[in-house]
Amino acid sequence: MSAKTGVGAPVLRKEDFRFITGKGQYTDDINRQDQAHAYFLRSPHAHATIKKLDISAAKSAPGVLGVLTGDDLAADKIGGLICGWMIHNKDGSPMKAGAHPALAQGKVRYVGDHVAVVIADTYAQAKDAAEKIVVDYQVLPAVVDMNKAKSSAAIHDVAPDNVVYDWHLGDKAATDAAFSKAKHVTKIDLVNNRLIPNAMEPRAAIGDFDAGTGVYTLYTTSQNPHVARLVLSAFVGIAPEHKLRVIAPDVGGGFGSKIFIYAEETVCVWASKKVGRPVKWTADRTEAFLSDAHGRDHISHAELALDDKGKILGLRVQTKANLGAYLSTFSSCVPTYLYAPLLSGQYDIPAIYVEVEGIYTTTAPVDAYRGAGRPEATFLVERIIEKAARETGTDPATFRRKNFIKSFPHQTPVIMAYDTGNYTASLDLALEMADYKNFAKRKKDSAKNGKLRGIGFSAYIEACGIAPSAAVGSLGAGVGLWESAEIRVNPVGTVEVLTGSHSHGQGHETTFAQLVADRLGIDIDSVAVVHGDTDKVQFGMGTYGSRSGAVGMSAIVKAVDKVIAKGKKVAAYALEAAEKDIQFKDGRFSVAGTDKSLAFGEVALQAYIAHKFNGQDLEPGLKEGAFYDPTNFTFPSGVHICEVEIDPDTGTTDIVKWTAVDDFGNVINPMIVEGQVHGGIAQGVGQALLEGAHYNADGQLVTASYMDYTMPRADDLPSFDIGMTNTPCTTNPLGIKGCGEAGAIAAPPAVINAITDAVGHEDVPMPATPYAVWQACQKGARKLAAE
Amino acid sequence: MYAFNYHAPKTVRQAATLLAKNEDGKVLAGGQTLLPTMKQRLASPSALIDLNHAEGMSGIEQKGRNIVIGAMTRHADVATSAVVKNALPALAALAGGIGDPAVRNRGTIGGSIANNDPAADYPSAVLALGATIVTNKRKIAADDFFQGMFATALEEGEIIVKVSFPIPSKAAYEKFPNPASRYALVGVFVAKKGADVRVAVTGAGSNGVFRSKECEAALAARFNAKSLDGVKVSASGLNADMHASADYRAHLIPVMAKRAVDKALAK
Repeated sequence: MSAKTGVGAPVLRKEDFRFITGKGQYTDDINRQDQAHAYFLRSPHAHATIKKLDISAAKSAPGVLGVLTGDDLAADKIGGLICGWMIHNKDGSPMKAGAHPALAQGKVRYVGDHVAVVIADTYAQAKDAAEKIVVDYQVLPAVVDMNKAKSSAAIHDVAPDNVVYDWHLGDKAATDAAFSKAKHVTKIDLVNNRLIPNAMEPRAAIGDFDAGTGVYTLYTTSQNPHVARLVLSAFVGIAPEHKLRVIAPDVGGGFGSKIFIYAEETVCVWASKKVGRPVKWTADRTEAFLSDAHGRDHISHAELALDDKGKILGLRVQTKANLGAYLSTFSSCVPTYLYAPLLSGQYDIPAIYVEVEGIYTTTAPVDAYRGAGRPEATFLVERIIEKAARETGTDPATFRRKNFIKSFPHQTPVIMAYDTGNYTASLDLALEMADYKNFAKRKKDSAKNGKLRGIGFSAYIEACGIAPSAAVGSLGAGVGLWESAEIRVNPVGTVEVLTGSHSHGQGHETTFAQLVADRLGIDIDSVAVVHGDTDKVQFGMGTYGSRSGAVGMSAIVKAVDKVIAKGKKVAAYALEAAEKDIQFKDGRFSVAGTDKSLAFGEVALQAYIAHKFNGQDLEPGLKEGAFYDPTNFTFPSGVHICEVEIDPDTGTTDIVKWTAVDDFGNVINPMIVEGQVHGGIAQGVGQALLEGAHYNADGQLVTASYMDYTMPRADDLPSFDIGMTNTPCTTNPLGIKGCGEAGAIAAPPAVINAITDAVGHEDVPMPATPYAVWQACQKGARKLAAE
Repeated sequence: MYAFNYHAPKTVRQAATLLAKNEDGKVLAGGQTLLPTMKQRLASPSALIDLNHAEGMSGIEQKGRNIVIGAMTRHADVATSAVVKNALPALAALAGGIGDPAVRNRGTIGGSIANNDPAADYPSAVLALGATIVTNKRKIAADDFFQGMFATALEEGEIIVKVSFPIPSKAAYEKFPNPASRYALVGVFVAKKGADVRVAVTGAGSNGVFRSKECEAALAARFNAKSLDGVKVSASGLNADMHASADYRAHLIPVMAKRAVDKALAK
């Protein structure tokens, strides 16, 4: 085994040659024989009843094969889209989930909602014909402001007050008792701004019904094709699973937004049988803005109780979470079980009580987006910790150090039991890398140039490697969150790794091959990774929540171990030795204490020719599968320090230094991990400084293009100083924790803590655009003048 | 995009004839605004009269104390022109800061001025430098040309042929970009020629590019950034949107003007 490609080596990504030479095969690159094109007519109103929908002129327009509406779905008994996680209210009653038809049935609930689909020979014909559809809308009041939603027009009959659920977690009495003993209480009000995912590849789908076999094939931009098949079969009812094949080929970014099962792919696969032709749809960028599930969007109030020594006694939190117009696939769990259990952060907090209201509004559905609940928790915890340190006149690093959890395992008051961690180690390294001790001098130098300098900390924690199936089942999940793997060894000793994980940018073809090649002692180029096709991989739960390393690779290791065990049996026959005497090391099976050995490939050949053993004693072949169900979440953590310089004349924030120290446990490929950290920080800085979805009072999405929605660009970002500490996870065989979301979780509070430090008060919103920061500077100036 | 007729005249005269013949016809220069608008089905001209094949419409030359730029000259060519960089570096810098490389390689000075987008960069240079817009029919002074948002003095069938910029003694452009689009949220072009100081502001005005009399008065006394200390620009008539209030834009005008003056004096 070469050290250059083994576990821990920065192997160049095997998939990149294909991607950077334009040989990637994305859904939109696929074209089926006689394929037709779909165009979705979308609602121009945030909230309206459809009094009349006249499709007659569109039906007879040139090239049109079909115009389908919600009535057609109902006639074919096609079910609505589902939300796969049941949340219960404080009183034990179930959440109020309104129906979510793939095409509107009498009502539209956000701008971009699906009114009808036109299928034609060409996309232009479909679009032209859609202009001939006459819709008579009765416009209803838009519901945009969460604070006013309860007294606004009902969006779904089942939820007259627009409240989906009223949920809580933690011990209220214990928390109240903690506050009654407090010497100081820090309070904060926060808005976690709504984000639009903006994967580089827009969503796309091709439905292809084969009348000969009765099998539907769906090509789609999915992070989890098996879950898509399960939902479309078991809930939407398009076809049973053995008659539905879902293929997610190369996928160009997802950030969560391609986990969900959307209206468009549902309609394309159903319509392919209706019109007797393959049906293709690719979102344009405006459709992506309007209809991809958005992320975040919380309004929170939090209070932190401290004793006279600055030790935390308790935390209470009230959050309103915007869920949009419909419950998307996993939306309900994001502001509940992916949020509240993280509110202990890295801190020893004896009592926590959290209340969360999930709110319907007439906006695009909101669901998991890079970090999913955990960035919202970290933002809240790290902002209130910073504020508490300032209010008590304590250095923010000292305040954190004093309150860190220092012994493990640690049971928090909000479900999570942290297996391991070393928060002080990350903080110490980060302080050194950031040259914290000389910050005061740098601040003075900035002041001489008329600039405001600030420094901000974020000591984040996240829960990755989701998740133990029985545990999430008890909390309302509709599925288990294990992962599967299959190792197929070919007779010549090359290996195919079939995984239920799905790479949409993470580099699985490299890291998974690195792991398998290392374990089997074979060349990395002898390993191929297969994913994204329900006909090839038996089942899998997909890639999200930084789970593909901790869960997906643990399943692979389990299958590899089975292959080695079987190989030992084969080698025992071939080497005429006892199985217990066979050792496997560096790609060779050998007999202990002798010079007799066989290479991995030779044993593979023996397994398939089966000449040296009796097929009744040992089955021929070398192929093993495994399902791995984690026993706990993993808990990556770290400390990020952001240093900013603000130009008070314009409000422009310049990030002058970024220090990231992360503890991801063991790392397979440090280059890929560093890339994940870079991308995560870019998105986190995007949330903090640049990105913000904005609906106006009429429910129109003002930020529906790059003219108004600010995506982070390279020149918005600094160079990152990245350090790592390593306390391996104790609950999976690889000691891996996960790294995909860390940057996006860590970054926003680091930025806002730095800006609030610079301007001298806490009132800075996200995104902290130049305009917002200029306003904050004005407030600071007034405050200074008054003092 | 809807269907349209396409014409590629070889001369400005042919272009003008075609424009007169095609009701709802549009002149196509670099297409950096028109084509995206058509793709979004927000514009549906009956015909496009493409100037890209018309002779004598592009090029840069110095004529005495003027820089003359053909209407079809690309931003990238102005940005990299040795003539412009030497005689009027502020204009080369402005052109080099428009959009992105793709936009600069297609977009034209004539197209930008004729469109008069309220956040475009070029109108501020044309106005501050007191340029003359030469059309197929007449010469128009910059002060008369810009007539409000997306509105100009161009009449039916009138096509810009070239723009003539008097060479100033000092000039510079400072843009504060909209964080999303990177169009000018506030762009200020300052120019000094003899005793004449002109300050043109783009991006801020709800009626398009305009001259800031407050800044001009302050700088006429002494062309120095310090002269702008304490100068207040009224927020009335300025744009307000989610990216910036009118007050913020008003505040940024003297801030950008100061930076432009510093830049002009540094040369």
